[in-house]
Amino acid sequence: MKNAFIIASKDLMRSVRDRSAIVTAIVAPFALAFILSTVLGGEDGSSLNVTFATVDQDGGPVSTVLIDEILPSLEQEGAELVDAGSVEGARRMAEDGDIAAAFVLPEGLSEAVQSNEPAEITVIADPEAEIGGQIARGVAEGFAAELNAARLSIGTVIASGAADPSEIQGLQQEASDVPMPTRLVKSSAGGRQFDSNTFFAAGIAVFFLFFTVQLGAVSLLQERKEGTLARLLAAPVSRATIVSAKAIYSFVLGALSMTILIVASTFLMGAQWGDPLGVAVVVLSAVFAAMGLQSLVATLASTDEQAAGYGAIVGVTLGLLGGTFFPIAQGPGLISRLSFVSPHRWIMRSLGELSGGAGTLADVLPSVAVLLLFGAITGAVALYRSRSLVAAS
Amino acid sequence: MTAIAQTESGVPSSTDARPILDCRGLEKSYGDRRAVAGVGFEIAAGETYGLLGPNGAGKTTTISMVCGLLSRDAGEVVVNGKPLTPSSTDAKTAIGYVPQDLAIYPDLTAKENLTFFGRLYGMARVDIRQRSKEILEITGLADRADERTDEFSGGMKRRLNIGIALLHRPSLLVLDEPTVGVDPQSRNAILGNVEALSGAGMAVLYTTHYMEEAERLCDRVGIIDEGEIKAEGTRRELVAILGEHDHVSLDATGDLTGAARALASLETIAEATHRESGIDLILANASRHLPQILETVAQADAEVTSVNVVEPDLEAVFLKLTGKALRD
Repeated sequence: MKNAFIIASKDLMRSVRDRSAIVTAIVAPFALAFILSTVLGGEDGSSLNVTFATVDQDGGPVSTVLIDEILPSLEQEGAELVDAGSVEGARRMAEDGDIAAAFVLPEGLSEAVQSNEPAEITVIADPEAEIGGQIARGVAEGFAAELNAARLSIGTVIASGAADPSEIQGLQQEASDVPMPTRLVKSSAGGRQFDSNTFFAAGIAVFFLFFTVQLGAVSLLQERKEGTLARLLAAPVSRATIVSAKAIYSFVLGALSMTILIVASTFLMGAQWGDPLGVAVVVLSAVFAAMGLQSLVATLASTDEQAAGYGAIVGVTLGLLGGTFFPIAQGPGLISRLSFVSPHRWIMRSLGELSGGAGTLADVLPSVAVLLLFGAITGAVALYRSRSLVAAS
Repeated sequence: MTAIAQTESGVPSSTDARPILDCRGLEKSYGDRRAVAGVGFEIAAGETYGLLGPNGAGKTTTISMVCGLLSRDAGEVVVNGKPLTPSSTDAKTAIGYVPQDLAIYPDLTAKENLTFFGRLYGMARVDIRQRSKEILEITGLADRADERTDEFSGGMKRRLNIGIALLHRPSLLVLDEPTVGVDPQSRNAILGNVEALSGAGMAVLYTTHYMEEAERLCDRVGIIDEGEIKAEGTRRELVAILGEHDHVSLDATGDLTGAARALASLETIAEATHRESGIDLILANASRHLPQILETVAQADAEVTSVNVVEPDLEAVFLKLTGKALRD
C-alpha cells in the first residue's frame, strides 16, 4: 500500500506541475459557476439580478395593478424597478444596457380595457439582456391574458343578455378593482430547493468532478504510452498496487476539487451548502460513483486521448441529463424519469436536499446509497477490465 | 558518457556457483500464436548473456516474462534464488530493467525521476540521495539534475533511462535492444557501459538483433527465432556449428528471390537466403563451387556484382540454423 501512495503522490505532483488538472478540477469550474451565477443569479443568491423600468402614461387602475401589485413580485426575486419617466428615456436606458426591459403603459390603457377597446402594453428590451427581456415579456403577456380573461367573462355576460347595463358597468368596475391573481411565487417541492448561487456552484462542481476523476484512469494509459508503465511493472510493485495508486490519485483529486469549490463558493458566491457532515458524505460518495463510472469508460479506450474523449462524452451527456445545468426535474416526464440513470441526478438531488440547511445527513442517505452502489458496480467492472490495461504493451 | 561501474553493488561474487538468473521452460501464446515456446537459460554473476534474433523472434516477450512485466503461460523464473511469481515482488528488487523505449517522466526532473523509482524499490531517503548523486555523476547529468527531462537531448534521456535501472544496485541488468534508434556515439557509449558493468560483476541479459553487438558484448549467446532458442553457447561454440562451412555473401541485382531459390536447390548449398541487395549462402568448400554458383545466379536472371567469403560469424550461424538472415 505504501507504494500505491508513492505512485499517487507522484501523479499529484505531475498534476500540479502540468496545471491542466488544476484548471480542470478547480479553476474552470469555479470560473464557470461564478459567471453563470453572476449572469443568471443574484449576489445574494436570489434568482434575478436585473433592472426593469416602468413608463406609466396611463395613471389608471390597470397600470396601478401592474406597477403596485405585479411588478413588486419581481423585486422580491431580486430585480430592481425604476421609473424611466418617458418612452424615449426607457429606450435610451435599454440601449445603454442600464435596464433589461421597460414596461410602457400608454395613456388611456385603463379606459380602453374597461370599455373593451383594443389596448396594448409595450415592452422595450435590451437586445443583449435576453433573459431579462423574456421575463418582462412573460410578465406582460401573463398580465394581458388575465385582463383578457376578465373582459371575456364580462363579454359573455353581455352576450347572454342576463344583465342590464348598470350591472355590466358594476362588473367592469369590480373586475378592475379585484387584485390580479398573477404573482411570481417561489415554490419548492419536498424541501429540495437550491438558491441560484448554490445551484450553479453545485451543478458546475458535479459536472467537472466527472472530468477530474477520469484523470486517474487516463494517467494509467498515459504511463503506458510514455513507457513508464513497463518500468512500474518491472519494479517490486504488484498490478493491484498500480491500480490502487491510480484510484487514490483520482479520489484525492476529486475530493480536493469538490472541497475547494464548496469552500470557495461559500465565501465568494454566498452559496449555502447546508449540513457539513451531510455534504461531506455526499461529496465522498459522489467522487466514488464518478470514479467507478469514468474508470469503466477508460477501460473501453486504448489510448489516453481516446479515454479523455469517451469520458468527456459520458460526462457531458449524463451531466446534462442529471440536471447540473438546469433543474431536470422540471423537464418532460420521460426525461425527468430517465435522469435517474445519471449519478449526477442523485448527487444534485442530495445536495439540493441539504442546501440552505433544509436537510440533514439522514435525508440524503438513500441517495448516498444509490451513489455507492453505482460506484461499486461500475468500479468492479472497471477493475475486472483493467487487467488488460495494466500489462506490458 | 563516462563508464558506469557499480560501487558497493549487490552483485554476488563470481565465485558464487548459483546463477543470478535461472529461467526454464518459458512459454507465452497470444491466441493461436506461440510467441515463446520453452525458452530457458541461466546467467551467472559477471556474465553477459545475449538473446540474438530478428524482430518478432520472441526476445522482448522473453525478457518481459523474466522481469515480471508479462504473465507467463508456463515455466519458471528464479532471480538470486528467489522465484518470480505474479504474487511476489521480492525477486524484482534484484532486477534493473532498461526498456527499449524511453521510460522516464518528462515533466519530472532527473533527480525526481531517480527519487521516485528509488522509493518504489524501498530505498531509504539518505541512500536515494547518495545513490542518485552517484548515478547523476556517472551518467554525466549532475549539472542538469534539477531540469525537467523533457528539456534533455535524446542521448541524455537514454543515459538517465539506464541510470534509473542501476539506482537500486541490481544484481541482474536486463537491457531490451537499448541501441535501437540511437546515434553511433551514444551506441558506443552504451556498449562501453554494459562492458564495464559486466566487468564489475553484474549479470547482464542483453537482447539485440545486431550481430556485432552480440559478438562484442556477450559471453554467451542464445540464438532465438520463432519463440525458440535454436542454439546457445559462446561465440566460438556457436561458430563451430558451421563446421567446415563458409559464409558467402553475394552482392547482386535482378531476380534475387528466384536466384536464391535456385541456389538453395543445389546439393552443395546448405542455406541460401536473399536480402535487399544480395544473397547469403552457407556451403562447404566455397571456392570450389563458386563457378557453379555464378552460373546458377546468371540463369536465374540475376547478376553478381561482387563476391565475399566472410569469416564465420553469428550471422552465418543464424542463417545456418534458421534459413533466414538476421535482418529479416
